[in-house]
Amino acid sequence: MTLTKADLVNHIYEKNKLRKAEAVLAMEALLEIIKTSLADNESVLISGFGKFNVKNKKERRGRNPQTGAELMLSPRRVVTFKPSSILRQRINSKKI
Amino acid sequence: MNKSDLVAALSKETALTKQVAEEVIDTVFEAMSQALVAGEGIEIRGLGSFVVKDYRPYVGRNPKTGRNIDVSAKRLPFFKAGKELKERVNSKKP
Repeated sequence: MTLTKADLVNHIYEKNKLRKAEAVLAMEALLEIIKTSLADNESVLISGFGKFNVKNKKERRGRNPQTGAELMLSPRRVVTFKPSSILRQRINSKKI
Repeated sequence: MNKSDLVAALSKETALTKQVAEEVIDTVFEAMSQALVAGEGIEIRGLGSFVVKDYRPYVGRNPKTGRNIDVSAKRLPFFKAGKELKERVNSKKP
């Protein structure tokens, strides 16, 4: 099972007693705020969950894995996620 | 941006009180945490996806001392940015 946006909307609807439409709006607004912040090069820290960072990558030489042809990869920005230690501990509390 | 900034921004965007905005944010990230604890993935269109990877125990090395150390089995969550987020973040080049 994969948790989706619709599932999260349902959680908000049931737990926070918002109307369905309000829950949808709240979820969309929350995602938009997070995305805008990251697009503005600002990290997003959610205590107990983790931190979304934006990293600047320099230009580097790469390869097309399909053809093997060499190409130059332009400098780019990527989003990384670092889980909080609390989340790491919770995930590992049930050992495999 | 930290959680209280997020609460303030959400409250401003939605006309929810700060208290309700905070509860909504807690609900969302608690549900996401519980999914990952259960070993389930998360897929949020536009933002990205999370998967939990299982690591078997392995012999690692302390990079400082060069000594071998036993690393026990563990699980770690991984995030992969979705298409929209990738494009928006990368639209302003470094």
